[in-house]
Amino acid sequence: MAQISTPAQERSLWDRFIIGLRNIAPIYIVLILLLIGIGTQNPTFLEPAGFLNLLRRAAPLMVLTAGQLFVIVTGGFDLSGGSLMSLTVIGASLLINNDPANTWWAILVLFGIGILVGLLNGVIVSYLNVPSLIATLGMLLALRGAGLYWTGGAPRGYLTDNFRMFGRGWLEPFPVIERFPYAVLVLIVVSAAAIYLFNQTNLGRQLLAVGDNPRASRLAGISVEKLRIIAFVLSAITAVIAGILQGGFGGVNPDAGEGYELQAISAAVLGGAVLLGGRGSMGAAIAGALALEALFTLLNLLGLPKPLRDAVQGLIIIGAVAYAAYRSRRTR
Amino acid sequence: MANAEEPILEVRSITKRFPGVVALDNVSAQFYPGKVHAVVGENGAGKSTLMKILVGAYIPDEGEILFQGQPIHFSHPREAQEAGISIIYQEFNLLPERTVAQNIFLGREPTRYGLIDQRQLRRRTRDVLKQVGAEDMISPDAEVKSLSIAEQQLVEIAKALSFDSKVLIMDEPTAALATHEVEILTRLIHKLIEQGMAVIFISHRFTEVFDIADTITVLKDGQYVATAPATEVTPSKIITMMVGRELDQYFPRLARPEEIGEVMVQVVNGSNNKLHDINLTLRAGEIVGVAGLQGSGRTELAQALFGVAPFTSGQLTLKGQDSHVKSPNAAIHARMGFVTEDRKAEGIFPNQPLNDNILVSVRALQLVLGRIKRNGTASKPHLVSELVKQVDVRTPSLTQEVQYLSGGNQQKVVLAKWLASTCDIFIFDEPTRGIDVDAKASIHEMIRELTQAGAAVLMISSELPEVIGMSDRIVVMWDGRISGELPAGASEEDIMILATGHREQEAEAAVETAV
Amino acid sequence: MSALTWSNMRSRVRESKIPPVYAILLIVFVSAIVLDAIFGRGQITSGVILTNMVVRSVALGIVAMGQTFVMLAASIDLSVAYLISVTAVMASYLMQGDPARVPLAVAAVFAIGGLVGLINGLIVSKLKVNPFIATLGVGLVLKGILNASFETFVGAVPRSFQTLGYGTLGPIPISILVLLAVTLISAFVLSRTRFGSHLYAVGGSEITSRLSGLRTDRVLILAHVVCSLTAVLTGLFVVSRLRSGAPWVGTDGLYDLESIAAVVVGGTALSGGKGGVIGTLAGVLIFGVLDTMFNQLGVDTFLKQVLRGAIIILAVASYTVRSKEKAA
Repeated sequence: MAQISTPAQERSLWDRFIIGLRNIAPIYIVLILLLIGIGTQNPTFLEPAGFLNLLRRAAPLMVLTAGQLFVIVTGGFDLSGGSLMSLTVIGASLLINNDPANTWWAILVLFGIGILVGLLNGVIVSYLNVPSLIATLGMLLALRGAGLYWTGGAPRGYLTDNFRMFGRGWLEPFPVIERFPYAVLVLIVVSAAAIYLFNQTNLGRQLLAVGDNPRASRLAGISVEKLRIIAFVLSAITAVIAGILQGGFGGVNPDAGEGYELQAISAAVLGGAVLLGGRGSMGAAIAGALALEALFTLLNLLGLPKPLRDAVQGLIIIGAVAYAAYRSRRTR
Repeated sequence: MANAEEPILEVRSITKRFPGVVALDNVSAQFYPGKVHAVVGENGAGKSTLMKILVGAYIPDEGEILFQGQPIHFSHPREAQEAGISIIYQEFNLLPERTVAQNIFLGREPTRYGLIDQRQLRRRTRDVLKQVGAEDMISPDAEVKSLSIAEQQLVEIAKALSFDSKVLIMDEPTAALATHEVEILTRLIHKLIEQGMAVIFISHRFTEVFDIADTITVLKDGQYVATAPATEVTPSKIITMMVGRELDQYFPRLARPEEIGEVMVQVVNGSNNKLHDINLTLRAGEIVGVAGLQGSGRTELAQALFGVAPFTSGQLTLKGQDSHVKSPNAAIHARMGFVTEDRKAEGIFPNQPLNDNILVSVRALQLVLGRIKRNGTASKPHLVSELVKQVDVRTPSLTQEVQYLSGGNQQKVVLAKWLASTCDIFIFDEPTRGIDVDAKASIHEMIRELTQAGAAVLMISSELPEVIGMSDRIVVMWDGRISGELPAGASEEDIMILATGHREQEAEAAVETAV
Repeated sequence: MSALTWSNMRSRVRESKIPPVYAILLIVFVSAIVLDAIFGRGQITSGVILTNMVVRSVALGIVAMGQTFVMLAASIDLSVAYLISVTAVMASYLMQGDPARVPLAVAAVFAIGGLVGLINGLIVSKLKVNPFIATLGVGLVLKGILNASFETFVGAVPRSFQTLGYGTLGPIPISILVLLAVTLISAFVLSRTRFGSHLYAVGGSEITSRLSGLRTDRVLILAHVVCSLTAVLTGLFVVSRLRSGAPWVGTDGLYDLESIAAVVVGGTALSGGKGGVIGTLAGVLIFGVLDTMFNQLGVDTFLKQVLRGAIIILAVASYTVRSKEKAA
C-alpha cells in the first residue's frame, strides 16, 4: 500500500550541490560581493591584517547580533542590548577605579548585572505578559538612567589596559601573521558557542519551535516561559561581551552602545531572520552583522559622507525585508 | 413578484473537488422563499462546502447556481451579500472591540457633511435590531465583546437583514446556544420566513431540525441523498439516511480479549470547571472511542488528561500510580501523547523541517543544552527515517518544511512525534479530520497497531462510523459528563441518543439493551 | 448614601467610558502631592508648576496622538524622532529668522511630513514589510540625509514664531491649547469619521475588515500620513522653543520610543484595534507628573529615567498580567 518516497540520499551528488547552493542564505553572497567591492577600492583590507582589523571593528555588533537572534527567533525583541553595552563600559570604569587588579572581579560583576537584566526582561515578558518591545524599551530607559546615575552624569576615569586588551589588544607573537587581535579571538569563541547552541543543542530547536507555534510548543512539552527567559539572558550576556569589546576599542563613553540594538535587529533580519519568530540562522545573522560593517567600510572607501551610511543602511534593510516578504508570498 | 412556487436559489449538479477528495458530487437543491430548509449530514458530508459555494467563498468545478432564476458567479462573499445572500458562520465575523452599530454598518456608515451620522446610524441599527426582536435586549452602542453568544448571533442576523437579504444561511446556528436561546432563535426564524425570506441552515441536532425546518435535505459523503418535507419524515428515518450506509469503509480488526492488559489510566470522579464526575478506565491494548456533540466536553476531557486544563478534583491514576499531571510536560514524562484536533494551531510547526517536528517532544524530555542528533536521538540516530517509513509520510526529504506537506502527511508527522517519544498512552482528538480517504485508512491502521504493541488509546471523533469502526469500547459525553458507555459495535442510533442527552431514560434503556 | 460604594463607583466609571489609565494617572498624581508634601516643598499643586507640567508634555503629546493612529491600525512608527529633527532643522533653515518666510517653511515641512508618511504607509501596506523594520529604515534614511546636510544648529525661527512655544492666551500657554486642540481633533476624527471607524476595524481584524469591503491598505497609509503630520507639528513646537533646529533634537528627546510607550501606557494595544487618544493623553500626562514630581523632590535626573522605565513596564503589566494570550 505504501508508495515509498524518494529518500534524499538517492539524489546525485550534482543535484545535491545545486540544492545546497540554492539553500545558501543570500546574505553570504552579499557579504562576498561587499568584500570584493572593498578589495577593489583598497586591497589592503583583504590582506590578513586589514581583514582582521575589519573583523575587530565589527566584533561588538556581531556578538550582540548573535544574542539578539536568540530572542528574535522566539518572536520577541530585545531593545535593551545597546544600553546594557553602555552600562558595561561605564560600570567597568567605575568598578575598576583605575586599579588593574580590580579588572577580573569587575568583569564578573558586569556579567552578573547582565544576567540579572536578562532575567528581568525574560520574567517580565513571560510572566507579566508585557510585550517584549515595551518590556525591553522600559529596560533601555532604566539602564540608560542607571548608567548615568552611577557616574553622576559625567563618566570619570579611564579603563585599565588589561581591560581594554580585549577590545584593542593584539596577541603577539602570532604564527604566520605576527599578531592577532584579542577581539577577533573573542568573536570566534562567541560565534562558535552561539552557533553550537543554536544548531547543535535542543535549545536552538526549542527556541525556533516557541517562535513558530507557542501553543504547539507547550503541548509538545516545551516550557515556553523558561526558554524565553534563557533567550533574554543569552542576549544580555552578549551585550556585556559586546560592551567589553567596545569599551576596549573606544574607551569610556556613556553612549558606547547607542543604536546598537537596532543595528543588531537589522543585521539579524538581513541574515534572514523573521521578526515574528520561528525562522532564523545564527551563521547568517552574524554574517549579516559583518555585512553591515563591511557596507559602512565600503561606503567610507567610496567617499560617501559618514551620515549617508545610515540612509543606505535604511534602504538596504527595507529592500531585504521587502524581498523576503515578496518571496514568501510567491511560494505560498 | 415572488412566487412561492419558484425557487429563489437553486444549485444544479454542483461538483467541487479538493486535492484527494470530492467534497460535493453532482448535488442539486432548490431553496424557496418563505421556507426554512435544513441541510443535514455527518461531518464531511459536504454541507459547509455547499454553503460556501452559495456565497462565493468557493467556486464550484462543475454545475451552476441560479439566484432568482438568473445564473450567478460570485467571487467574493461581499458580492453575494450585496445581492441578498448572507451567511452566518459558526465563528462570527464581528469585531469584539466595536459597538453593535459600528459592526452592522462597517464600511457602509451613513454620513452627513462627511461625518458619520451617529443619530442615523443608531436609528438604522435600532430598526434592524427591531426586525430581529432584539431592540430591548441589545443597545446599538454596546460593545460586541460584552454580548452573549446568542446576542452576537442576533447581531449577525441583524447585519444580514440590513443588506435586505433574501436568503439567510446559518452554519450550526444552535450549536452554542442554551435551550431558551434556541427558542428565541426559532421564533425569529419563523418571523423572517413570514416576511418571505428563505432560510437555509446546517445542523446536527434533530430535535431542532424538526422544530424549525419545513424541508430537509440530507447529504452523505458529498452526495445528495434525499429532500423531504419535514412533516413526512421521522428523526430515525433521517438518521438512517445520514448514516445508513453499508460499512464499506475498511477498519482494522478490534482487539482480542487476550490483547487487553493492565489498566493504564484510571480517572475517579474527575472534575474541573468544564467537566463533572468523570469516571474512566483505559487499558493497555484497547481503543476507547469518545463520542459526543460539539461542546459536550470531549476535547476538555483530553485536555484534562494531558495537563492542559487539569482536573481540579478527583483522582487520576496512571499505570497504577497516583499522578498529578499539571502540565503537558508532566504528561509527556508519563509517556502520554496527544494528537490534537486543531493540527495547524496545536500540532505542527509549519516553518520547521520535518525532522525537527518529529523530534520536538522527545527533545523536550532531554536537557535544554543537550546535544541533538539531526535525524534521531543518541540511542536511535536514524529514528526519523524509521518513523517516516513506519507511518508512511510522503515527503521529498527529511528536511522539508512541514507547511508544504498535505494535511494527511502533516497528521502522520504529528503521530510520528509521539511515537518518537515512546508514548504508551495516546489521546487522539479527531485524528482524521480534513484528511483524504486513503490517508484515513492508513491512520486507522496505525492507531490499531499502537494498541497491538501494547499502548492504550483514547480516540475522540465526531464521525460516528469512525468511532464505531475503531473502538473496543465507546464512551459518550454530554454536557461535560460521561452520559454512558457502549460496547464495541454499538449502533449510531444508540450513540446519538446518549449524545443528545435529552432522553435520559431512553439512554439508560439503550445501555441495558446494548449490554 | 449606600449608593456610593466602591463597586458602585467602579461600575459607574466603567460605564462612563473613561479609559482605566486615568485611574493610574490619579494614583500617580495623588502620590505626587503626598510625596511632595512630605519630602518636598508642597508646591506641586501651584498654578505655575501645574502649567509647566503640561507644557513639558506638549511635544511628546502631539506626536503621541499620531502614534496612536498607527498603533490602532496594528502598525507602529519608529521614524517620528528623525522626522521631528528634520522638521526642526528645515523650519529654522527655511525661516532664517524672517517672519515673511514662515508660511513657506511651514508648508514645506508639512509637505515633507506628508511624503514621509506616505512612504511609510506604502512600504508597510504594499510591500508588506514589517512596520517596525519599515519605519526604522525610513528613519535611518532621514537621519542620514539630515546629518549629511547639517551638522549643528542652523538658521533661526523669527520671534513671532516663538509664540507657539512661549506665548500665552490670557493665562493659558498657547502650547497647551495646541495639545488640547490636537487631542480633541484626533478624538473627533477617530470617533466621528468613517476613517476613524475603519482604523479600529483594520486594527481589530484585517480579514473581517476586508470581508466587509474596506480598502484596508488605504486606511493604513492614511494613518501613517496622520502620524507623520503630528511629528511635523511636534518638530515645529520644539524648534519654536529652541529658537533654532539641530539634527539631534528629535532623537535626543527619544520621541520614537517614548511616544510608543505613552500610547501603550494609555491603554492602546500593541496588537491594534482598541484604545484611543484620550487614553494616550493620560499616558503623556503621567510622564509629565512624574517628571515634575521628581523635580520637586530633587530626584537625580538619571534616577528619574530608571524610575520612568520601571513605571512604563508596571503600567503596561497592570493591563497584561491577567491576559491569557501570551505576548512575545
